[in-house]
Amino acid sequence: MKDYSGLMVFAEQREGRAHPVSYELLGKGREMADKLGVELSSVLLGNQMEEEARELIYYGADKVFLYDNPVFEDFDLLNYKHNITRLVEEVKPEVFLFGATHLGRSLAPRIAVALGTGLTADCTGLDMSEDGGLIQIRPAFSGNILAHIRTKTRPQVATVRYKVMPSMLRDEHRKGEIIKKDVEIVPSLLTILKKEKLGEKSITEAELIVSGGRGLKKAEDFSLLADLAELLGGAVGSSRPPVDDGWISREHQVGFSGNTVKPKVYIACGISGSPQHLAGMRGADVIVSINSDPSAPIFKMADYGIVGDLYEVIPKLIDRIKGESS
Amino acid sequence: MLRIIVPIKQVPDMSQVKFDTEEGRVDRSSAAAEINPFDLNALEAAVQIKEKLGGIITTISMGPRQAESALRDALSRGADDTVLLTDRAFAGADTLATSYTLASAIRKLGEFDLIICGEKTVDGDTGQVGPQIAEHLGIPHVAYVSKLEEVGEKLVVVCEMEGERYLIESDFPVLIAVTKDINTPRLPSLRGKLNARKAEIKTWGAEELSSIAEKGRFGTQGSPTRVHRITIPAEEGRKGRIFRDTSDEAIEEITNALYRYKG
Repeated sequence: MKDYSGLMVFAEQREGRAHPVSYELLGKGREMADKLGVELSSVLLGNQMEEEARELIYYGADKVFLYDNPVFEDFDLLNYKHNITRLVEEVKPEVFLFGATHLGRSLAPRIAVALGTGLTADCTGLDMSEDGGLIQIRPAFSGNILAHIRTKTRPQVATVRYKVMPSMLRDEHRKGEIIKKDVEIVPSLLTILKKEKLGEKSITEAELIVSGGRGLKKAEDFSLLADLAELLGGAVGSSRPPVDDGWISREHQVGFSGNTVKPKVYIACGISGSPQHLAGMRGADVIVSINSDPSAPIFKMADYGIVGDLYEVIPKLIDRIKGESS
Repeated sequence: MLRIIVPIKQVPDMSQVKFDTEEGRVDRSSAAAEINPFDLNALEAAVQIKEKLGGIITTISMGPRQAESALRDALSRGADDTVLLTDRAFAGADTLATSYTLASAIRKLGEFDLIICGEKTVDGDTGQVGPQIAEHLGIPHVAYVSKLEEVGEKLVVVCEMEGERYLIESDFPVLIAVTKDINTPRLPSLRGKLNARKAEIKTWGAEELSSIAEKGRFGTQGSPTRVHRITIPAEEGRKGRIFRDTSDEAIEEITNALYRYKG
């Protein structure tokens, strides 16, 4: 364990751009590295990514290990795993962080097994103890409890949820080193035959979200929320029950078992506010609640609330907003 | 004919589980046990392949003796064979030890073509064990599979990651982890239930795996991670402006707030 030192962040990229969760991990990594007085490095795999590697330095990395090869343009599971595992064995970081994205949650488990080390999923909090032990905090049992987890092997590997850690401000004066690494190619075994963008923008990126819950009477009524969202330039979200009923697809789900969102405005319509739902939207700047039950827990989290029937309130809001813009 | 393995987990019904919010303890006995709902989608996917192409489905589960009922449930839904991994030595396993134990048992079963896992479990919620099994076995995996496009000489699946849809081709053997979007699991058939009641559940402990696995990698001993503390999330409330009616004033003020904050 003595051989291990420093923190490393996996910088996930899509189409040549780093996923924002990578910057968040660098922000948190920077804070922890400074606390311990150790180095923060990052590993980036892609095709012609030198500019992006520099961005990682601007966002907090001391060193970026860059694997530049066309094979890394898309997610090539086994080549990603092989090269990252080799790097970790060479650099021996004490902590290795991944974003808990689909890609991160698919890749990290393989690397942790290849390294024979422990992995903690989907952390929402991280802290460093004096001895270099990483305290990994994650919600468990539908977000009803928080488990504080420690790992006795090194590196301590964790996936960390998107939009829970603040990233640093970009600083072009930050200095760091880009180290180009030799790429070893192994058989991919998986072939991407086709790739396409799913139509809508991911809900995690939306600045304003209008979400519906049990208070909706039928699937079609999401169109009412969509009307309001469209007027305000936002996206439509959902609590879990409508998703489980198949009224709206899973990508729209906000909450513990869905997406964590941090929009400027979150409008909860007919959502009572279970701990599981609150876990996914408590980071919103402003929360507006519309619910006919005055005792609904959502009102305790709301900055603005109306006790009333969403079928009455939303059309009124729409009318009012339309009046404003005409 | 495909040899398909479906690892399943018995979990408490999450809508019934009680929590001691003072102590931060989970009272597992407070809820009925069932097959992890995501694993039902994995099993259904396996059964659909079997119906089309023929095959043998083996479900495998690690857990206490009582997990036998989950395996009987799987038999009644179309599985052909079962293995229960149960031993004190397996207890207290994190995902590394769990995946190692399951992978060792899969090795012992012999050759296979396809392993189908659920996306994650509702109690652990890590989604790690599937990819970890694949790594232990040295086979590729595809996670977040929402559709089986083609099952033939090769496997072609649709997987969705971060707002992109991929069509991915793989040779066998391969492991896939499927999402709930892939299908709607069927209910157990009556005949299946009758057969399941009589079926013999194969049970393996550490001893049965000793020829292919290291004992030190099972259970607590083989688990590098451990929960050292449990806390209750602090519920930080907001002191909001709550209107008790839908008056024009309320609509006016909320509209103004929306414009002020949405940027």
